Amino acid sequence: MSFRKEHELHTRRFGRNLGLGLVLAGLVALVFGLTVVKVGVDGFTMQQSSEAKD
Amino acid sequence: MSDASLHTASTQPQAGQGDAEFGDYFALLKPRVMTLVVFTAFVGLIAAPQGVHPVVAFAAILFIAVGGGASGALNMWWDADIDRVMKRTRNRPIPAGKVTESEAFAFGITLAAFAVVMLTLATNVLAGALLAFTIFFYVVIYSMWLKRWTPQNIVIGGAAGAFPPMIGWAAVTGSVSIESVLMFALIFMWTPPHFWALALFMRSDYDKAGVPMLTVTHGRPATRRHILVYTLLLAALAIVTAFTSVGGPIYLTVAVALNAAFILGAVRIWRRDEDMADADDYAVEKKFFRLSLYYLFAHFVAIALEALLVPFGLGGW
Repeated sequence: MSFRKEHELHTRRFGRNLGLGLVLAGLVALVFGLTVVKVGVDGFTMQQSSEAKD
Repeated sequence: MSDASLHTASTQPQAGQGDAEFGDYFALLKPRVMTLVVFTAFVGLIAAPQGVHPVVAFAAILFIAVGGGASGALNMWWDADIDRVMKRTRNRPIPAGKVTESEAFAFGITLAAFAVVMLTLATNVLAGALLAFTIFFYVVIYSMWLKRWTPQNIVIGGAAGAFPPMIGWAAVTGSVSIESVLMFALIFMWTPPHFWALALFMRSDYDKAGVPMLTVTHGRPATRRHILVYTLLLAALAIVTAFTSVGGPIYLTVAVALNAAFILGAVRIWRRDEDMADADDYAVEKKFFRLSLYYLFAHFVAIALEALLVPFGLGGW
């Protein structure tokens, strides 16, 4: 038994999976970007303020 | 999908329920409503007094948009019975048989939780809480409770659409202020005259679906009076906003010109009856509706301009 890959059903499923994959990739990039910004800004500020106390 | 069903599909592939395309899930998010959410949230965000990192700003607007979309999906899940009856909504993913009701519910609730958690983590707890309340308000208070119960449903539904600039503002400042409340009020008071003008010239089948609309329950003359009253209240709010920290000469000029035109249009609508409207195919009502689209857009563009021109010594008072 073999898949008939050319069938419209498989094309639609491929489109859906591709879309979901791109959304997830975008989310990973966004979370990474947010992490860099949060650590870069907040982390540095917190470090500075703790140094100031010392 | 299980292996068994995949093998069945491989021998006799059929497009069945739940075999939706990516675009069908996207349509559940009500993308046209999302554009208004994105735009007003963006203005609320840049009008806020403090700055925010562009990545955080982008993430905040994205998660506000996803939260708004999630409430749209949950609204479609709850209102699937109405959507099947009305012509305008018959092609939505659920009535069209592309997405099942349970899939739409799972999709909506998951995205709603995701958006609230991510907005909280990216910005602050208040912004996340406001987004959660907006989703709750739109889905539970509006869709489940008041939409089918009161002809003031448009007024209540408008509140849900009015929250995004307040959330954008809260994402930056971590607080609610008079300015963000006024931006909320601007959309809140604008929604009823905008939709009731549409209801006057678009013969909708809401009554067939059992949704009480003011034009049907209280009649068209009462709807015309309501449009005038809300327009006068809206104009007062719009002008007051000019004298807060988000206003300025540009905003005041836009507000005076557009509110004068809007009041004039509302008075014309109020003075007409159905015979007069029929005679010119609702020309005045249609013109007022078109003006209402420019009205909201121009007010928020003016608020954005006031904020963006501050670094050049031009924006604000």
